[in-house]
Amino acid sequence: METFIDAFRFLGNNPGLMWEKTVDHLALSAAAVAVAIVIAVPLGVWLGHVHRGSFLAINASNVGRALPSLALISIGLGILGIGFVNVLVAMVILAIPPMLTNAYVAVDGVDPDAVEAARGMGMRPSEVLVRVELPLALPLVFAGIRTAVVYVIATAALASIAGGQSLGDIILNQPTYGFAGVIAGSIAVAALAFAAEGLFALLQRAVTPRGMRKERAGRLVGPAIEGV
Amino acid sequence: MIALADPGRLAQEPVIPEFGQGSDCVRENRQFCWDWFQSRFDDVFWPRIVEHVELTLIAVGIGFAIAFAAALFAHRYGWFDTPFTVFSGFLYTVPSLALFQLLVPITGLTWTSAEIALVSYTLLILFRNTLTGLRGVPEDVKEAARGMGLTTRQILTRVELPLAFPAIMAGLRIATVTTISLTTVAAFIGAGGLGQPIFNALQGGFKTQFVASGVLAVLLALIADALLVIVQRVATPWARARARVRAA
Repeated sequence: METFIDAFRFLGNNPGLMWEKTVDHLALSAAAVAVAIVIAVPLGVWLGHVHRGSFLAINASNVGRALPSLALISIGLGILGIGFVNVLVAMVILAIPPMLTNAYVAVDGVDPDAVEAARGMGMRPSEVLVRVELPLALPLVFAGIRTAVVYVIATAALASIAGGQSLGDIILNQPTYGFAGVIAGSIAVAALAFAAEGLFALLQRAVTPRGMRKERAGRLVGPAIEGV
Repeated sequence: MIALADPGRLAQEPVIPEFGQGSDCVRENRQFCWDWFQSRFDDVFWPRIVEHVELTLIAVGIGFAIAFAAALFAHRYGWFDTPFTVFSGFLYTVPSLALFQLLVPITGLTWTSAEIALVSYTLLILFRNTLTGLRGVPEDVKEAARGMGLTTRQILTRVELPLAFPAIMAGLRIATVTTISLTTVAAFIGAGGLGQPIFNALQGGFKTQFVASGVLAVLLALIADALLVIVQRVATPWARARARVRAA
């Protein structure tokens, strides 16, 4: 118990350090998430829109889950060396699968009757996508981003071994910061993960069309029921 | 409780193995030296693979026992679903490196700390998949079983559990692969596994060791995933038969 008290004392005594590393951690995570969104979401949405590539889109998350984050960073260390590029590549690879699968499942699963009705009203395919499919798919797309964000925040801590600036610098540097620092860093990372999870849960709710709110859309493709 | 060696002792290992006497590849620290990997596989990697598999099997085994019992309870008493989902979801969200470290002041640099963290991550997946599988059993099937005079317990063991089996297996598959992934991180609290050679290589930056440990960990996860898919197929022949009927 004393260790935890020391850890909180460490947090109180080093606000500058904690703040700096937290900002680094968030910047690194945000960069990885942004790159992954740009790659995965349009691809998943498009595949879902044309109802093709289910094998790729569904299996992406199965393979993605099998990739140990530390192993990816380690392979990158050997091949790309220490630095931002290695870390970013590993984190983007890990963030893509949940986003891709969710975006695909979300658009692919939009009620065919709604799409049919939109077409009957004379909408062009692009209008169907933007005005019908996307709004209905958005909650699930956000659920995928949310899963990826929590994953990326956890991985950013490990990225410290490959030169990625993050709270991992404190957790993995016991000789400098002492055990109290290690625990303080761990508490900070955990808090960050919960804050991100909560924030994205709110965002997901905000983008859910009012009529769909009762369905608890976000629970459809969480980390649980997959690959059945 | 087995106390593990202090990870600090690892600093005494040679920075680059066989420095000055290894092959050109090893001395120049190229990206991957097959000769070194082959000659050192038995002492550097094999014991770590065994540890990795042990850590994973124990975690998934204990996790399944807890989650399965909890799912049966929640199936019977619906109110239990939400609190257990919230509890296991909470554990699932804590970043792995943080959870391992946070357990050290409580249970020490031990195998126990590693297993508690690993088990924590399996609960949400196994609980939700088992419960969803049980709840997915059609009402009329249960009605028919009741009509045949089966008791609640018989319905559970002879009807509900067999029908929920594919969902339970899918959960076990995800939990196993996730645990293999997280076990690499357990090396940071000295629990061994394939994270250990990665951790050791950090001292000197020997590239072959980074690449080899990483690739072995990925392979282990992919092989486990493939094995479980095969088990799932063999154990549920009716799923394949149904797919064939649908295709025809």
